[in-house]
Amino acid sequence: MSATRVAVLRFPGTLDHQSAARAVQGVGAEPVFTHHEDTALPTGTHAVVIPGGFSYGDHLRPGALASRTPIMGAVKDHAKAGGKVLGICNGFQILCESGLLPGVLRPNASLSFICRQADLEVADAGTPWTGGRGAGEVLSIPFKHHDGAWFGTPGEARVVLRYKGENPNGSIDKIAGISNLAGNVMGLMPHPEEAQEPLLGSTDGRVLFAALIA
Amino acid sequence: MTLVVVTVMPKKGVLDPQGQAVQGALQHMGFSEVADVRVGKRIELEINGHDPAGQATKMCEDLLANNLIEDYSVEVPG
Repeated sequence: MSATRVAVLRFPGTLDHQSAARAVQGVGAEPVFTHHEDTALPTGTHAVVIPGGFSYGDHLRPGALASRTPIMGAVKDHAKAGGKVLGICNGFQILCESGLLPGVLRPNASLSFICRQADLEVADAGTPWTGGRGAGEVLSIPFKHHDGAWFGTPGEARVVLRYKGENPNGSIDKIAGISNLAGNVMGLMPHPEEAQEPLLGSTDGRVLFAALIA
Repeated sequence: MTLVVVTVMPKKGVLDPQGQAVQGALQHMGFSEVADVRVGKRIELEINGHDPAGQATKMCEDLLANNLIEDYSVEVPG
């Protein structure tokens, strides 16, 4: 039996596709890099990961140009059919700009690029994205971004993860990650693909990749 | 070809950290009369065909502005 296929999208300026692919392999699935000009996902794609980076140099607005590329039409069809989509950092920005998730990511209130480990509290334990973790349980996952303040109406989404403690970036309700109401599309600013190895301090990011193939 | 100027500004009431940072710097430099600063974008489009303003408006709706956080205006300079 062949491994479950997970498309890992690549735009000009995508940076974190290798780490994302490793994390996909870590849960026993097969990552397939997928080009932004493709009009269809690879045959047999089960789930999609949109990794972080600075697609199109963040020109106009982060994620705005990537969200209008041909491959995103295929991602929208995949999501509409109930397929899972995980957007990380710039991938989250792309999902918001494409309309697959509500809201938009704005510049951090401090206007600084922030890079550090963060404690994230599970807010809604009812989505597939946090494994069996209960509400209030904490995932330790790093983040690194300049435009990470989610702005929108929280009721239009499911708030999956919140920053614990101080609000690092001015995000509404300390939101770190949301899913759509159906629960199959997830976006977060922190980087679960960088929380995979005990040597690097945390393996808490694995649950988000395990959810792709659940 | 017609020049169309699109101005995109942060919506009133939406925090504009860039404007605040510029305001702080201006005040620090002694421009104490500055009461508020907002920073936006000017986009110049050269458009072929008829109804350039209408075309530009559609471009704003589809890409150039995010209506959650930004307002835009379209102007065809005389």
